[in-house]
Amino acid sequence: MATQAFQKIYTKLNQITKATCSINASGVGNEELATVSGRLAQVVKILGENVTLQIFAGTEGIGTDAEVVFFGKPPTLKVSDQLGGRFFNAYGVPIDGGPEIEGTEVEIGGPSVNPVRRKQPSELIATGIAGIDLNNTLVTGQKIPFFADPDQPYNEVMAMVALRAQSDKIILGGMGLSNDDYLLYKNTFENAGVIDRIISFVNTTEDPTVERLLVPNMALTAAEYFALEKNEKVLVLLTDMTLYCDALSIVSNRMDQIPSKDSMPGSLYSDLAKLYEKAVQFPGGGSITIIAVTTLSGGDITHAIPDNTGYITEGQLFLKRDTDIAKVIVDPFRSLSRLKQLVIGTKTRADHPQVMNTAVRLYADAANAKTKLENGFDLSDYDERVLQFAKEYAEHILAIDVNVTTDAMLDITWDMFRRYFNRAEVGIKDEFMNIHWKKA
Amino acid sequence: MTKGIVKGIIANLVQVEVSGPVSQNEICYINLGGVKLMAEVIKVLGNVAYTQVFESTRGLRPGDTVEFTEHMLEVKLGPGMLSKNYDGLQNDLNKMEGVFLTRGEYTDPLDEESTWKFSPIAKAGDKVNGGDWLGSVPESWISHKIMVPFALEDEYTVKSIVTEGDYKINDTVAIITDKAGKDVPINMIQRWPVKVPIKAFKEKPRPFKLLETGVRTMDTLNPMVEGGTGFIPGPFGAGKTVLQHAISKNADADLIIVAACGERANEVVELFVEFPELDDPRTGRKLMERTIIICNTSNMPVASREASVYTAMTIAEYYRNMGLKVLLLADSTSRWAQALREMSNRMEELPGPDAFPMDLPAIVSSFYARAGFVYLNNETSGSITFIGTVSPAGGNLKEPVTESTKKAARCFYALSQARADSKRYPAVDPIDSYSKYLEYPEVIAYLNANVSPHWVDDVNLAKNILLRGKEAQEQINILGDDGVPLAYHDKQWKSELIDKIILQQDGFDKVDQSTPMIRQKYMLELILGICAKDFVFDSYDVVMPYYVKMINLCKQMNFLEMDNPEFKRYEAELNDVVEERRAK
Repeated sequence: MATQAFQKIYTKLNQITKATCSINASGVGNEELATVSGRLAQVVKILGENVTLQIFAGTEGIGTDAEVVFFGKPPTLKVSDQLGGRFFNAYGVPIDGGPEIEGTEVEIGGPSVNPVRRKQPSELIATGIAGIDLNNTLVTGQKIPFFADPDQPYNEVMAMVALRAQSDKIILGGMGLSNDDYLLYKNTFENAGVIDRIISFVNTTEDPTVERLLVPNMALTAAEYFALEKNEKVLVLLTDMTLYCDALSIVSNRMDQIPSKDSMPGSLYSDLAKLYEKAVQFPGGGSITIIAVTTLSGGDITHAIPDNTGYITEGQLFLKRDTDIAKVIVDPFRSLSRLKQLVIGTKTRADHPQVMNTAVRLYADAANAKTKLENGFDLSDYDERVLQFAKEYAEHILAIDVNVTTDAMLDITWDMFRRYFNRAEVGIKDEFMNIHWKKA
Repeated sequence: MTKGIVKGIIANLVQVEVSGPVSQNEICYINLGGVKLMAEVIKVLGNVAYTQVFESTRGLRPGDTVEFTEHMLEVKLGPGMLSKNYDGLQNDLNKMEGVFLTRGEYTDPLDEESTWKFSPIAKAGDKVNGGDWLGSVPESWISHKIMVPFALEDEYTVKSIVTEGDYKINDTVAIITDKAGKDVPINMIQRWPVKVPIKAFKEKPRPFKLLETGVRTMDTLNPMVEGGTGFIPGPFGAGKTVLQHAISKNADADLIIVAACGERANEVVELFVEFPELDDPRTGRKLMERTIIICNTSNMPVASREASVYTAMTIAEYYRNMGLKVLLLADSTSRWAQALREMSNRMEELPGPDAFPMDLPAIVSSFYARAGFVYLNNETSGSITFIGTVSPAGGNLKEPVTESTKKAARCFYALSQARADSKRYPAVDPIDSYSKYLEYPEVIAYLNANVSPHWVDDVNLAKNILLRGKEAQEQINILGDDGVPLAYHDKQWKSELIDKIILQQDGFDKVDQSTPMIRQKYMLELILGICAKDFVFDSYDVVMPYYVKMINLCKQMNFLEMDNPEFKRYEAELNDVVEERRAK
């Protein structure tokens, strides 16, 4: 980013920490961008003449005589149709060797949508994965994370969901993505021949940590352009939000803020909400759906990051390895899609809600039976049957390699109900029993 | 008017050097290139006022000018608030242009041009005090009282009052005279600072009347009362918001105020979409006509999130003073506490537990204290029932917000993750939850007089069966199905019967979602009747199928209207099943 004429250059830093530096300057606006020795930085604090800057690429090698140039504007992204099919770094600069983007310059991290102008999300996103479509149906305009341990194949599942979902644009925001995973996404999208629909903003593990703070806002600003201006259905993939939060905590720590739970900044909830709440169904038909990944440490969801995330997002998806069938499944107990109520039984078959709940209840009974078995108790006939049901249910419904329509999922489940249980044990409303019990 | 200059900016905390007097909580406007950003003074140090800005401070520079207003954050009260959607600062969201919220856009909460049919209540010569009724206008289906402004503390004499007719909110409808003979013209608008409770009532007795919510696990087991306070803590996914929405749809209140405080925008959209469509069973009108939504979603500025609960409470107090039953729901009070924490943190105050401000318990309890049942000066009664949700970090109830709230609220509806995981909705834990009101002699007398003469005994019996069932369940888990006496299985399944039929409720079923008290009484007596019976089982593995059969029949009944012939048919079938194994 070249210096413009008549810009004042400051050269006397009075404080340097690992992520920030301070300088005496006047006429500087809050959240304004600057360069320090050519590295991008943003104003985070102003006290009289003393301006504190957060340097995205880190302060290694910055001298007290570094040149500081203020841009007079917050971070921006140029948006136009040219974004399609391109790969960018955290600053929105192309990294695929292609030309610069021409378009309208928009501030990233812009204002919130007026809640009364939002439309209620009502369009189902079919993924073919029964653990999602049947039990945790996704809806456009929803925001939902995968809560996954680092060893689970969340990037693969997310890429698969992205490809199967019928969206006009897929925007990938990669934060601290390993180069291998970055290439996984790139190759998957290229092989599927959908590269024109993909836009990527990527900060890999090779890039400086603090840079990744820009990534989600870059991705969401591009998403707002396509969803609002072009009325497109946009799917935003954010991976990995835990690494984003780590960067937040580094900056707040360097600014001597008092940490709250788990060394995270006290504003973590608001910081995350500002991003996730960009998920929206616009009245014009465009929508932004966010699927994110929050990696857990040892499955602990009480840690501040997954905890705050869970309170913001509309549900969460858990992956789990099912040892009975030796496959990865979508955990039916802990996963939840809050918006599924808006579509199941109305956009899908009327028996969907009851079938879903009954199957999960029976699966829970199987878990109890398993505990009994492990504790050395005798199993009743019912226990035996639910165990068999559970295994089949995991294999044909919960496993992530299942790819069938929602109607087929329902029929498969009815068929299992009929084979393992009697009417009373199933306990579904008679109006549905009368239609589907015999037919199955 | 005091003026100031911006000196420092840390996120939404702005330091302003002032040239004259300022007061704590005074509102000021910061001029950012022609856009005026509203801010509130939260600390003064020498000639520097620390202000929290209710908007994004992006682009703000030292040297920008500030104007102080000499008043605290106020709401504008008058007819026309019903059915409105406000943000945390009482801006009418529907009046805002564009898809996005524009910084510095403040809209009128009332409509200056609409006319109201005023009928006088007071007459010339009457002695009046603040909060007394001068007249009324019909607002939707309620009689909206035009009151003597609460700020007028002395006794006044009505000098003149207009005759019945159509007036606008700015028109003078009455003139009252103070003791010194000074005339005060009164129109339909008054302003009140949100952080100050309105105290224009005569007395605040202990609440005693049941407030029906249609939610069985509340009404039957742990009842809420008119003017009571309660809170719903629970981990995410346990159904706090769904439960609050259910209460707001079905509660027997004249007016519902929903403060969506730092929660998901799509949940508020659900209210926007559903409430204008849903019928209110009491009035036959739409639910929206008795609802005011204060909406400050999680992505809206954090300082106005803090203000939003106060805005909601002040509007509630205003309507309470008209002699109405107001139900105030806040989702979630933890987000409010977090807003306090963020500001405290930026001001570099010494932190209390979990970095929350030290005075959090005091702030929470003085807020809950604003609820209550009151007798107004004219002997009519009004009430504010307040139910807040709490979102405890990590689902752990030993955290500052839950603990502070537990000291302040009288009802505790604990949502349990285990119940939510096994889809037992509403996931209110019947053992951990409590309603202190069930111990009030006034409440016991009211319930026994209005529901059934032995109602409170029945409820305690049901609670006891649930507790014994849980104990039996624990024993079975330790000793195994065949390691315990048969009676344990019977106990466990009797408790399961109450759980499945009384406590669990399908919030999405047309009939089951709301249960009137008369039906709750019928079903509880039916279920307790079964629980009182001894059954003969020859082995433990016939216990479950037998109870499952009964539960299934009762569940079908829950899905049907009581006057549906099918309901009676299922009940007859149930009685046959009960007879099958009844000890003769």
